[in-house]
Amino acid sequence: MAEITYLEAIREALFEEMERDPNVFCLGEDVGVFGGAFKVTDGLRERFGAGRVVDTPISESAIVGAAAGAAHMGMRPVAEMQFIDFIANAYDMLTNYVATSRYRTGLACPMVVRGPSGGYVHGGPFHSQNPEAAFLHTPGLKVVAPATAEDAKGLLKAAIRDEDCVLYLEHKFLYRRIKGTMPAGDHVTPIGRARVARTGEDLTIITYGAMVWKALDAADQLGQEDGLAVEVIDLRTLAPLDDDAIFASVKKTNRVLVAHEDTRTGGLAGEITSRINESCFEWLDAPVLRVTAHDVPLASSPVLEEFILPQTADLMAAARRAARY
Amino acid sequence: MAGKRAAAAARRGTPAAPPPTPTTDQKLALYYWMRLTRSLEERLVALHRQNKLVGGVFRSLGQEADAVGSAFALEPADVVSSLTRNLGSLLVKGATPVEVIRQHMGTADSPTGGRDLGLHFADIRRGFIGHVSPLGNMVSVMAGVTLSFKMRGERRVGLVYVGDGATSTGAFHEGLNFAGVQRCPLVVIVENNGYAYSTPTRVQTAAARFVDKAIGYGVVGERADGNDVLAVYDLTKRAVNRARDGGGVTLIELMTYRRRGHAEHDNQSYVPSGEVDRWAADNDPIDRYLRVLLDRVKVEESAIGAIDARVAAEVDEAVELASRSPSPTGADALRGVLAAPPAAARLWYR
Repeated sequence: MAEITYLEAIREALFEEMERDPNVFCLGEDVGVFGGAFKVTDGLRERFGAGRVVDTPISESAIVGAAAGAAHMGMRPVAEMQFIDFIANAYDMLTNYVATSRYRTGLACPMVVRGPSGGYVHGGPFHSQNPEAAFLHTPGLKVVAPATAEDAKGLLKAAIRDEDCVLYLEHKFLYRRIKGTMPAGDHVTPIGRARVARTGEDLTIITYGAMVWKALDAADQLGQEDGLAVEVIDLRTLAPLDDDAIFASVKKTNRVLVAHEDTRTGGLAGEITSRINESCFEWLDAPVLRVTAHDVPLASSPVLEEFILPQTADLMAAARRAARY
Repeated sequence: MAGKRAAAAARRGTPAAPPPTPTTDQKLALYYWMRLTRSLEERLVALHRQNKLVGGVFRSLGQEADAVGSAFALEPADVVSSLTRNLGSLLVKGATPVEVIRQHMGTADSPTGGRDLGLHFADIRRGFIGHVSPLGNMVSVMAGVTLSFKMRGERRVGLVYVGDGATSTGAFHEGLNFAGVQRCPLVVIVENNGYAYSTPTRVQTAAARFVDKAIGYGVVGERADGNDVLAVYDLTKRAVNRARDGGGVTLIELMTYRRRGHAEHDNQSYVPSGEVDRWAADNDPIDRYLRVLLDRVKVEESAIGAIDARVAAEVDEAVELASRSPSPTGADALRGVLAAPPAAARLWYR
């Protein structure tokens, strides 16, 4: 089986799910004729027709609202945000409507909202955001963020089949930079399960998305330069969190970094740190440290962006501090 | 060819053939639903004053014709998304008085089990989806509901209401534009009742008429006297037929008047004196319709009396049933946020 890119893995999942289930359809801005701003949906319209690959007006709120309405009727919509930054326009629809619908009325919203997230591409303040924290805080939504091509495919298939709304945050830095070999058959990555991306005994880095690769780089260098055996946990699902996987690794290594590309205050790292504090306090040999972006909008200049976003060297510095504590 | 001609006519506006005039039985049914709406709301107000309800009571007093006449134009498989003052629409689509009272009481056996208030409830089998408080959102949701009808080739139609105030939201604009360009089988009714909470229409928009907004969205626009139940029914039926025949969206403006405050707590201090009394005396939709039934349709007074008695008995029975409904227990709150896991984690100290 040939390797395919992260982006191709997403597309493959869409193709296979649309083949499998006639209720699955895509909607979003420029997803049909043009095949999407990043060409994720390229070829879908030719294969499945305009009726199932719907080009929409520039209306994120209506895209999400219409997906919810179609989902009520048994469809399985996959809504694209052209850049995930624009999901802010649908915040009301997602939090007030989609997230509460099942709880209030029993009407489910089995739907996916997906879009390119993340930085390291000099996209500037409106094409680089990591919006997960706003939605992790909303009961009723699931959030996934694949780091590998295999999980890009497997998690999207799981999201489409899920009975609730899943926000699928695909990382645009990874689109064409990483490849993977898809497992044969119906490859589904279960939602809610983290992955041990690298095993180690001395220290754990808990992260997700593109940061997984930086954590793996840092782990290799720390092994060579410091003789540290670093474990890397790839969360894969951000809501609901896989507490068992997190706690198992903490209890094994006793030293923890929580890293994300998102800004610091109110970010997921704070929540994970609290959970570790509540459940693993006696196992800790050092304070849990966060490695995150600075609390500023994401600037477009490569120099500024590199400073704002966490880098491999930042992970190594924090790891060394935790290791010698 | 007939289908093509109908579709072409639909795009131009009012279809060539008007819908058939309602039968006498249908005309009496319209009266029944309006009377039931008003009596049920009056009972809710009484229960509210006895402190037996959770949350407020939002009356549709004076707007019953708008809700009932429009929903009556739908077929059983069609879907309606009701708004604050559309109790009548929900009843026509099969919601029961006891459900409505339980909803207002927040009982365990209410449609939402005490999770949401008033008319915020749904049953897709009966074809209704209650609204949410962020106004305008349901236009987008119903665009999606009706998009699914189009995708599956089902001859079903959606109806969604907004108030004069909700037309100012971005959600209304996005939803109507989306439905318009997708030619969804959707009817959008703007209930112009003069006020959004305390804000009069002249402060809501510089537009002279809400129906004029239809031009901007490229959809058919129609306007009717919302307090004339037969006119509401006729106009909505035309729009529903147009939608069913592939003619896309119709925006209907119904002219009506909100005779009570936003909810029962609101003393309407912002309303010019005499305005409410004038509408009550001259333009009550039930009084007007009674004159039509008695003078023009030649319905016997006894037939009206029988309906009034039936309504009173049904409301009494519903109140009696609801009074025996249990409250939810606190931990019920954890269930059903998601399909999986089936319940949220219970905090260890609770």
